[in-house]
Amino acid sequence: MSVSAASSRLPGTVAIGRRRVSVELKQFFRDRNSAVFNFAFPMVLLVIFGSVFGGQEVAPGISFAQYFVAGMIASGVLYTSFQNLAIAIPLEREDGTLKRLQGTPMPKASYFIGKAATVFVTYGAQVVILVAVGVAFYDIRLPSTALQWFTFLWASVLGLIACTLCGLAFSVVPKTGRGASAVVTPIVLVLQFTSGVFFVFTQLPQWMQVFSSLFPLKWLAQAMRSVFLPDSAAAGEVSGSWELGLCAGMLALWCVIGLVLALVFFRWTKQGTT
Amino acid sequence: MSVRDVRKSYGDLHALDGATFSIEMGECFALLGPNGAGKTTITEILEGYRRRDSGEAQVLGIDPARGDRVWRSQLGIVLQTDRDLGDLTVAEAVRHFAGYYPDPRDPDDVIDSVGLTSKRRSRNEKLSGGQRRRLDVALGLIGRPRVLFLDEPTTGFDPEARREFWTLIDGLKAEGTTILLTTHYLEEAQHLADRVAVISRGRVLACDTPDRLGGRERSSARVSWIEDGVRVETQTMSPTTVVLELAQRLGGDVPGLEVHRETLEDIYLSMLDDDRDEEAGESA
Ligand SMILES: Nc1ncnc2c1ncn2[C@@H]1O[C@H](COP(=O)(O)OP(=O)(O)O)[C@@H](O)[C@H]1O
Ligand SMILES: [Mg+2]
Repeated sequence: MSVSAASSRLPGTVAIGRRRVSVELKQFFRDRNSAVFNFAFPMVLLVIFGSVFGGQEVAPGISFAQYFVAGMIASGVLYTSFQNLAIAIPLEREDGTLKRLQGTPMPKASYFIGKAATVFVTYGAQVVILVAVGVAFYDIRLPSTALQWFTFLWASVLGLIACTLCGLAFSVVPKTGRGASAVVTPIVLVLQFTSGVFFVFTQLPQWMQVFSSLFPLKWLAQAMRSVFLPDSAAAGEVSGSWELGLCAGMLALWCVIGLVLALVFFRWTKQGTT
Repeated sequence: MSVRDVRKSYGDLHALDGATFSIEMGECFALLGPNGAGKTTITEILEGYRRRDSGEAQVLGIDPARGDRVWRSQLGIVLQTDRDLGDLTVAEAVRHFAGYYPDPRDPDDVIDSVGLTSKRRSRNEKLSGGQRRRLDVALGLIGRPRVLFLDEPTTGFDPEARREFWTLIDGLKAEGTTILLTTHYLEEAQHLADRVAVISRGRVLACDTPDRLGGRERSSARVSWIEDGVRVETQTMSPTTVVLELAQRLGGDVPGLEVHRETLEDIYLSMLDDDRDEEAGESA
């Protein structure tokens, strides 16, 4: 077999990427851990917060449940991309998944196609579940204008890209696969507490608001509130408006930061094994 | 495929201390050595996973540190340990990887050849140790590799599974696949390999066909028999001649005749012994 004949018949990046998507999804949905983290846990949170505080109003005519659903969907971006990848990839580095792939003719890009597609699909599923529970039990209103749907789309996409890249970069931090969730979950929780997911953002101390403004979740949650709350609620934000331009800008900035971090830090192998 | 004077240290541990050998196309070559000898290190340097500190290495004419996709598509790799793919079934995993290669084998044939047909719908996490190992071998074969690396492929196999595995490898040899195999089972090296390199502490102590290893074909044999009710023995370089003479002298069947040549195992163990003595000498 001559070299050029072999290379012309090598399956392409997209063809192998498609195969990656299909096995990644199979593995994801068959794994009990990921089902719990991505679907059961957010649903339980919504039920608990919705049942305890759902009836309270954060502004005239706006229930806490409505405010909380916006925050949980923003958190969903973080769960399905950053948290998932930063927990799953250390395990893959440990159990030989990445090493096996490295030893095959798979283009590296195909692996990332598989990961990104899994992130988008699970995010979609999670949004559907949260909204369905919210509508069924807590009287959540769906976005009503085209602008709101448009904001939902760009905020989701920018947020997923930024947090996927950050998740790839952060996957080198946990030293063991088993310890990964202990490193990653607290970070997500702290961001949720400080970014206006569990509490109304304007009621947080000033320093906490400043801290969370450095990270994407605050801006994601704010954009999602513009999607799920009526326009009148903008008056209740810190600046008295949704600041959608600033939200988009901060998320885009985090896409760039995430890309740089991923390019610099992502590793296929565990340190000290080459 | 060849390595010349390859060195590799982990900190101040010299895992490879100037290893040299070369493997012809179509040959089955075994690296035989105790745990920690450096077998995995050298194998993974050839597979492109690890970097050597110095020396030359070539696989299919290419430096493994610079191998590209086309090069990789011609290799089959079975690593020493793998626990991945647990949530897929045997058939799903084999089919998936078939899609990575330009000219893969038929997934069902491969599953059959490693004896996992009855398990094709089982989740991989439910496979026993030996079955899991066979899945790894199946994934190594699926791309129809020209060069196959097997790092301790039969560790944890029962004797019957090992025999079946040997038959499988014999079949691949017949098809002309070049095979690099590591093992600490002497009989495995003896059965499968065209040539064996004995390695210890990162160096090749000897490299030859199983028959000639350590000058085995040139070593003397011990012939013993019973004459006048007592066992007599003699050490000789030409045991056949001795036996013929005996048969003539004693007229027919020689009572209690035994001819003993050093086994490969005797030679292997004495090589390792010598190497250990040398190590003790070095550190003294
Ligand atoms: N990644 C590593 N880091 C440090 N030491 C290592 C590493 N890999 C192997 N070693 C050491 O190098 C030596 C050779 O190991 P290895 O190649 O795995 O031997 P074998 O496969 O023959 O058992 C051993 O002493 C082992 O402990
Ligand atoms: Mg080894």
